[in-house]
Amino acid sequence: MRTIITGKAFVLGDNVDTDQIIPAHHLTLNPAIPEEFREFGKHALSSVPAAHKGLPKGHVAFHEDDEFISAYKVIIAGKNFGCGSSREHAPIALNAAGIEAVVAEFYARIFFRNAVNGAYLVPFESTDRLCERICTGDTVEINVQENVLINKTTGETWRLKPLGEVAPILEAGGLFAYARQVGMLKNSFSGEP
Amino acid sequence: MPEMTLTEKILARHAGQPFVQPGDNVWVDTDILMTHDVCGPPTIGIFKQQFGSGAKVWDPDKVVIIPDHYIFTADAMANRNVETIRRFAAEQGLKHFYDVGTTQYKGVCHIALPEEGHTRPGEVLFGTDSHTCTAGAFGEFATGIGNTDAAFILGTGKSWLKTPASMRFIFHGKLPPYLMAKDLILSVIGDIGCDGATYRAMEFDGDGVYALGIEERMTLCNMVIEAGGKNGVIAPDRVTLDYVNARNKSAKPYTVMRSDPGAKYCFEKVYDVTKLEPIIAKPHSPDNRATVSQVKGERLDRAYIGSCTGGKLSDFRAAAQILKGHTVRIDTFVVPATSEIAASLKREKIDGQTLENVFLSAGAKIGEPSCAACLGGPSDTFGRLNTPMSCISTTNRNFPGRMGHREARVYLASPLTVAASAIAGRITDPRERLQ
Repeated sequence: MRTIITGKAFVLGDNVDTDQIIPAHHLTLNPAIPEEFREFGKHALSSVPAAHKGLPKGHVAFHEDDEFISAYKVIIAGKNFGCGSSREHAPIALNAAGIEAVVAEFYARIFFRNAVNGAYLVPFESTDRLCERICTGDTVEINVQENVLINKTTGETWRLKPLGEVAPILEAGGLFAYARQVGMLKNSFSGEP
Repeated sequence: MPEMTLTEKILARHAGQPFVQPGDNVWVDTDILMTHDVCGPPTIGIFKQQFGSGAKVWDPDKVVIIPDHYIFTADAMANRNVETIRRFAAEQGLKHFYDVGTTQYKGVCHIALPEEGHTRPGEVLFGTDSHTCTAGAFGEFATGIGNTDAAFILGTGKSWLKTPASMRFIFHGKLPPYLMAKDLILSVIGDIGCDGATYRAMEFDGDGVYALGIEERMTLCNMVIEAGGKNGVIAPDRVTLDYVNARNKSAKPYTVMRSDPGAKYCFEKVYDVTKLEPIIAKPHSPDNRATVSQVKGERLDRAYIGSCTGGKLSDFRAAAQILKGHTVRIDTFVVPATSEIAASLKREKIDGQTLENVFLSAGAKIGEPSCAACLGGPSDTFGRLNTPMSCISTTNRNFPGRMGHREARVYLASPLTVAASAIAGRITDPRERLQ
């Protein structure tokens, strides 16, 4: 996990569900296969209705149709980000598209857990409704240790909630790396808990 | 000892602790891990990557693999995924694998699990599908997880959980003939919102719940995830135990638990079911609630009766009751959740006519048991919304793009309401058809 995450923000609203993040017909791809993992980047956010895509104005492309990686690094969203399905393909798709952090008011439980388990991105929670304070295209800098987001475009600073008990899992690089670090799993291929 | 809710009791027992309270992180033992053709292949990939290509699952008798999502399709990748789980089941010696193209094939995992005796009171069930919460209807803790969690369980049999606070929803009264469990759960979701139960357990109680059959209780628990709930649960009664005992082929022992009288709930709401009306969730969210009477008359292009929440035998009995002797005005798709239900459609009769015959005579199309168009899927999926049309459906989600096209409009309602609307081609209150 980087200590400073800097990049352009892509802003979404409330209840962005997993079908909007990665539509179900792309789930035939297997993210455990590296060439297919990459494909998820191309389809990330492809079912978000155009009017809700890139707030406040909407109708902003997350990336061109044939691109795998987006120019945006951070997603700013409202309430209940990642609700719906248990598909781990959702945080994977954002990761594959180059997203390093999401800042939402709060998350649906399974999305949050999946994001942490695979350390695909850092799921921060904001105390303010940042999806109405930050504009798509603004450059933001997140200081992961200090739990602060600075909007470089406007100069405003926003506090984020501490990551708490999931921070060590993200730092380790996900659930398996963490379990090995704390001695819960013996080694890479022991097959024993 | 402090008193606990049913969810807390199950988690405490599986954590080997006398007591847990909301917020406690616990490692729990898994009774059953279920996966399917969509999340199975990536789970297997992580399992092999982390535990080694020759690794064995922690307990082959506790792993259940049910292909159900993308089955009847020419999509090569979808078929490749079924082949991946098939190989894994063979290599691991998994006997609970319900393979496509065999007499073992079942269909939708959440209905196949209880039918095949994999759900028992007091157990912990994890599944790589958000609607795994359906099995809470059997008095167990059941929740959806991702691929990494599932791979960890495949290797260790364990998972960590944060003990959720419990909300309690009490239903009183006898359900009128024009209402179904779908109307109850859509009312709840409309009241608390699609984030109203985030990180929480939703326990259902009251004589109104215990008057419901087991399938209707499954409908209630199925949709707790649509309110963000971690699990839904109903303490077992005679109805539960009769169902479980008839299906528990291995005669595996189980423990019936229920909430202590003084257990603490973070929220409680009481409903008088006799006062509720048929409910619909308008596009594009399951909490976008209206009474059917508020939106009746709106034009529709398609009706869909199927899925883990709306494709059970009791759902088809209800729909057939309305459709019998009538013709549908819009394309109407009927998808039994499992092969067992599909067989029942050919056998069960209503006024001397089989359910299958009622649907076909009405002009509906009947598909093969699977998830089908509930979640869109490959473009050749039966019933998929490939254009921006309006559909009324007995399924559980209507977020943008859920059933296919991003601009399609999906209304969620009970099988009674969907059947009545299919006849009119417009949203119709089932009370107009039941008089």
